[in-house]
Amino acid sequence: MNLQQAKFEYLLRLGDSSLIIGHRLSEWCGHGPILEEDIALINIALDFVGNATSLLGYAAQVEGKGRTEDDLAYLRGEREYRNLLLTEQPNGDYAATIARQFLYDTYTFFLYEELKSSKDETIAAIAVKSHKEITYHLRHTTQWMLRLGDGTEESHQRLQTALNELWMFTSELFDMDEVDGLLINEGIAADLDKVKAAWEKRVNEVITEATLQVPVTNIKQKGSREGKHSEHLGFLLAEMQYIPRSYPGSKW
Amino acid sequence: MSDSQWPLWEVFVQGNPGIPHKHVGSVHAPDAEMAIQNARDVYTRRSEGISIWVVPAVEISASSPEDQGAFFEPSNDKPYRHPTFYKIPEGVKYL
Amino acid sequence: MDDKKQLEQFEAKIAAGLKIEPKDWMPEAYRKQLIRMMSQHAHSEIVGMLPEGNWITRAPSLRRKAILLAKVQDEAGHGLYLYSATETLGVDRSELLEQLHSGKAKYSSIFNYPTLTWADIGAIGWLVDGAAIMNQTALARGSYGPYSRAMVKICKEESFHNRQGYEIMMNLAQGTPEQKEMAQDAFNRWWWPSIMMLGPSDDKSPNSDQLMRWKVKMESNDAIRQRFIDRTVPQAEFIGLKVPDADLKFNDVTGHYEHGPINWEEFFDVIKGNGPCNAKRIKDRVEADKKGAWVREAATAYAAKQAKEKLVA
Repeated sequence: MNLQQAKFEYLLRLGDSSLIIGHRLSEWCGHGPILEEDIALINIALDFVGNATSLLGYAAQVEGKGRTEDDLAYLRGEREYRNLLLTEQPNGDYAATIARQFLYDTYTFFLYEELKSSKDETIAAIAVKSHKEITYHLRHTTQWMLRLGDGTEESHQRLQTALNELWMFTSELFDMDEVDGLLINEGIAADLDKVKAAWEKRVNEVITEATLQVPVTNIKQKGSREGKHSEHLGFLLAEMQYIPRSYPGSKW
Repeated sequence: MSDSQWPLWEVFVQGNPGIPHKHVGSVHAPDAEMAIQNARDVYTRRSEGISIWVVPAVEISASSPEDQGAFFEPSNDKPYRHPTFYKIPEGVKYL
Repeated sequence: MDDKKQLEQFEAKIAAGLKIEPKDWMPEAYRKQLIRMMSQHAHSEIVGMLPEGNWITRAPSLRRKAILLAKVQDEAGHGLYLYSATETLGVDRSELLEQLHSGKAKYSSIFNYPTLTWADIGAIGWLVDGAAIMNQTALARGSYGPYSRAMVKICKEESFHNRQGYEIMMNLAQGTPEQKEMAQDAFNRWWWPSIMMLGPSDDKSPNSDQLMRWKVKMESNDAIRQRFIDRTVPQAEFIGLKVPDADLKFNDVTGHYEHGPINWEEFFDVIKGNGPCNAKRIKDRVEADKKGAWVREAATAYAAKQAKEKLVA
């Protein structure tokens, strides 16, 4: 694997995760628990789509085969997608959505903090812009963690259940392979061990403040880096990609 | 359903540094922190603001329209409070 | 002051072009009519999120997805501005929502039609928002301060909605034969409902005179409809779409288009709740509200705990 291939792969991982979790959030549109929250969720979804567009656009450029960000988003299959398993998990109830977003936002908060000083200028620039957005996302989801965790008996139970069910997808966030190794050496990618330490500290603090228990599990789901996903992704992509795939070559 | 309705907050947004906060509308929120976030998402989607105030709507006291005469008309006949009331000869500067 | 004198002053104020503010005296009929109109308008924005929200996950490019998200978010925002303005008349948002959920309150007939293909998203932006903006520009000059101010803000924000819709239609109309067919089909389905959504002919509309005098209504439905048709027909022709009205012709003398008969039976039927999507739209809203109840309650409970802790500390 050369540097260009590693960079392409790395950008897909970042971009696909944003795209897929943004897709999930956008499914809430018009169905949120209160109008104000509907607006907040769409705002966050919009940030994710913007971030994915920048990252996939840059990935296409790095690849240099004349593909565009739309080609990468709409014409790759399940096995070519590199988003984290956590991001494709269904919305469930509002607690499941908040738990997923919180775990992911905390991750990207520390990940993009590192990427702000990436030696790749484009990645650094995207990270600077995104980090401001993520800071707000994390503030919003943290506030909801506290309100649901320390709200009513029902909300507490629902959120604890959601955390327990999602926990097996969290260890994958910090897995590193050849791609990471190559790029860390070049000062381009983030060292996920460092991100992990910060993530664990913050997540534990918030879960505790929310009067919840940090889940314990030995199950570690992984595979997204090789394009091995949960069954959910296929349905998601079928919906997302159906127009460009039904009308090949058309402009929209 | 009304038991799960959140209270109303009035929202004030400062558009630019140095100018006053202006009333822009209201949001429902369970507490001040969420009111600020909701106000941000609803009223500053197009970079309309740099600062937000939220106030519980029930905490606002207002003068009533019936007071209008007694409150505001007495100042109508006191034009000497405005600089244009005074005639200054031409040629006098810095006054 | 007696009511007659109050009413005289109220009407004089409106005639002088001044705004009525929440705490000012107003006739009960004025308050009631405004609550009805403004809440209907707010409901329309919220229900209107559904047919378009439908297509966010299927938008055919990342650019289109972002635009559609921003547009549907604006609708949620506009619903919120309007509920907020309605609440200044002394009615709670929960009460208004209750009326929507129970079927007592109406909303724009147009959102009871289904969005079947991507071209429908273009047609809605171009036609439905186009018609709505014409109505709203008139309402922005209305006499009730909070409503008028909300309308000014909404009109300013909505101008992009109209354009993005036309851009979608233009792309399709200039695309492959399949895309062109998709565009024409959507146009055929949305043209008449868009014309109808501006409301029945004024001879069928009660209380028009008083509402005009009080500047609750600013222009007749027919006048707004005529302006909409006059502006939209050339836009359709420009991109090569055919208006689905065999009787449509331009009158050189009046300078206006004359249209064929409108199927008012269909309009009143949809208003009554018998449109293709009435039941589904209300069901979606009711479900969202029900599923959200425990979330709202949790936040309220948390706020109460925090307030108590603050008191103790």
